[in-house]
Amino acid sequence: MDTLKQFLASDFFYSFRRTPVAVVSFCIAVILILSAVLAPVIAPYNPFDPATLNLMNGFSKPMEPNAFTGETFLLGTDDQGRDVFSTILYGMRVSLFVGFAAVLLALVLGVTLGLTAAMAGGRTDAIIMRIADIQLSFPAILIAMLIFGIAKGITPPDMRNQMAIWVLILSIGLSDWVQFARVVRGAAMVERQKEYVEAAQLIGRGPFTVAFKHILPNVVASVLVIATISLALAIIAEATLSFLGVGAPPTQPSLGTLIRIGQGFLFSGEWWILFFPATTLLLLALSVNLLGDWLRNTLNPNMD
Amino acid sequence: MAMLDIKDLTIEYPDRHGVFQATKNVNLTVNRGEILGIVGESGAGKSTIGNAVMGLLQSPGRIGQGEVYLDETRLDTLPFEDMRKLRGKKIAMIFQDPMTSLNPLETVESQLVETIELHLKLGSAGARARAVSLLDQVGIPDPEQRISQYPHEFSGGMRQRVVIALALAAEPDVIIADEPTTALDVSIQAQILDLIRDLCREKNVGMILVTHDMGVISQTADRVAVMYRGKLVEIGDTKQITQNPQHEYTKALISAVPPSNMRIDRFQHVGFGKEGGGLKEFDLNNHWLGQGRSDEKGDAAILQIKDLNKVFKSTSGFLGSKGVETHAVRDVSFEVSTGQTFGIVGESGSGKSTIARLITGIHKPTSGQVVFEGLDLLARPKSRQDLLTKRQIQMIFQDPYSSLNPRMRVENIVAEPIIVNNLAGSRAEAISIARDLLQLVELDDTAGRRFPHAFSGGQRQRISIARALASRPRFLICDEPTSALDVSIQAQILNLLKDLQARLNLTLLFISHDLPVMRQMCDQIAVMRYGEIVETGDAEGIFVAPQHSYTQDLISLMPKFERLG
Repeated sequence: MDTLKQFLASDFFYSFRRTPVAVVSFCIAVILILSAVLAPVIAPYNPFDPATLNLMNGFSKPMEPNAFTGETFLLGTDDQGRDVFSTILYGMRVSLFVGFAAVLLALVLGVTLGLTAAMAGGRTDAIIMRIADIQLSFPAILIAMLIFGIAKGITPPDMRNQMAIWVLILSIGLSDWVQFARVVRGAAMVERQKEYVEAAQLIGRGPFTVAFKHILPNVVASVLVIATISLALAIIAEATLSFLGVGAPPTQPSLGTLIRIGQGFLFSGEWWILFFPATTLLLLALSVNLLGDWLRNTLNPNMD
Repeated sequence: MAMLDIKDLTIEYPDRHGVFQATKNVNLTVNRGEILGIVGESGAGKSTIGNAVMGLLQSPGRIGQGEVYLDETRLDTLPFEDMRKLRGKKIAMIFQDPMTSLNPLETVESQLVETIELHLKLGSAGARARAVSLLDQVGIPDPEQRISQYPHEFSGGMRQRVVIALALAAEPDVIIADEPTTALDVSIQAQILDLIRDLCREKNVGMILVTHDMGVISQTADRVAVMYRGKLVEIGDTKQITQNPQHEYTKALISAVPPSNMRIDRFQHVGFGKEGGGLKEFDLNNHWLGQGRSDEKGDAAILQIKDLNKVFKSTSGFLGSKGVETHAVRDVSFEVSTGQTFGIVGESGSGKSTIARLITGIHKPTSGQVVFEGLDLLARPKSRQDLLTKRQIQMIFQDPYSSLNPRMRVENIVAEPIIVNNLAGSRAEAISIARDLLQLVELDDTAGRRFPHAFSGGQRQRISIARALASRPRFLICDEPTSALDVSIQAQILNLLKDLQARLNLTLLFISHDLPVMRQMCDQIAVMRYGEIVETGDAEGIFVAPQHSYTQDLISLMPKFERLG
């Protein structure tokens, strides 16, 4: 209770309350994430249970009764008669899961490597940061596709569809750690110069404890900012890969897969199959991004 | 009627918690040719007054109440455009840091001529002639040549002279000088102050001189206004204020200035606005802190330094391209006796802080010996006892804002050394010892539960001392422990260090550039320059009869604030 009270009285919450953009994007993000998490409860249909599908329901327009069956679908149906609203909810689950897991992987990897580079210095630092530089000189999506291709090559064919999501997480996570490593390294090098670090060494703390117990808590703010912005980027990266057909399989479609499927129908008049998943992706990425921007301005006014 | 008349001025900074009043009902006047000093400690509101007169209050600051008159013109209600025309022409400003108050991309000539042409209709030849004569007046040699140079071609003191020339450019009635010499070396400070005083007389300009330094005020100002927490507590002639202050705060402030001409045992009258509550009665013999401590006294050297050298190599690039070598410490030897205070004095870059870090093991020396209680500190510790002995050397740092981990509660910061070194039975016991230590350094009972940001600089320095004590040290290195603090807080911290030293039989290594402070604290002093010790000796001996020419220079240039009795 006390912590909650303290939080509500904090400058952080005050800044949040006074920034309409932050409040609105926070609400949108929370609604989207909650509805994805609660998809099995909210969704009127299970789009991946073939037993509930009726081909006769195919190409129903949004909010209009189907010509054959008379059923009405909130956001219409696709060619197979799947409810677009339900597929979006389930698709968002996949997108968000991949996004969060990939950011978590990138965060753990990037923070560890960044801290190590900052604390060890010298050759270790040079090697880690040159790898990061080399990776940065390729577009992240290319790196992700490369890792995706290699991983796909070494997984047995009958496992591919099950493994696809994990491979996706791995490839986005590995292509995104550089941001974390750079920011953490920079922030940790500033912290390392401060006298409390010297004091900790003086009372007998080892380098590992100094790095993780003293320095890490003081760079968390910048990590949080990068994590939020990375989440938006990871969701988009996942959608891009899936759109290109190298991401989530059609049996487990993410928002990107839905957009790929939908774009085939755009010019034949069934606009809703593309429009609603694309809008959802836009709202999701935009709200998370705006939230990240606000976080950056609030927590870290000196960052560019 | 006075030329500049500030009536009942209240400056407010509204924020979400309410309205903070930076100054409260301040009344001041400045006459032509007069220097009014405003003195006070950080947060007293002294700079805010200058900014309000200039119409340069930082948003959301505003004038809540009061009036500012320059001759017949009321300044505080003047529209922005009209005020802009007055700035530079009627009121000019001299800033603290000449490194940042000149535009580095333009020559001195173009900066001066721009100001002159803006305010005086002289034409370009006339403006240039005036610029040259201004540089001449502020004592820049060879002004015809130097005027076409860029700011980086001038030294710090010369740059401040250029800033003064800029302030004088349009013949203003009032100049506001905000800490004009704080960023300068002591020797240059004296010259700049002389110049400012002479120019005010000569040009019949009124000046507000804002500073925290009693020495600067006593040498320069005609009248002094003393501010405390936004209030004007006392105003009067400089001589009267410095010799015979009336208000309790002024008395406390003056008694906190370390006298340069003698050694006093303790700073007296530091009670005004005191942050601690007096040393708690502590039965040291039965307390954790008193255990495991030997009470031997005597002249036995606790620390011996022999032929210490440190060369820093800057390497850069992936393959470690050849770097530059800096000889930071060169053949330094000295001994520190148990229970004494050994001082190292020197200007910045003289290697005094490097010596501290060579003793604590943060840096490894290139060659030499460091022996503490018979233990060679440079050898690998052979036993746990050796490690514990090594940790009996602790340090108090210069910057209280970076020496405490902002993410840890104060009691955890203080308890950490006890826990790391297993000096107590349990974590709970360590925390309870930490709370005792916080009381010992005169912080209140609730201090331990809070985070460092809830404390002022002086209180943080107390926390830093408590943390050092938690290693049960016998040897404390104080690296400029008070240079970031206000003078009254400095006096309290120095008193605390002296008290703790006496009660715990601590040996201190005191590092500072501030000679009057050294005189109060040290038994022995080593004077350093360019990494070498030029003179070592008894502290009073160094001050009364310095042998080396460098020491003589330092002593003659030190700011003099002498006390009569």
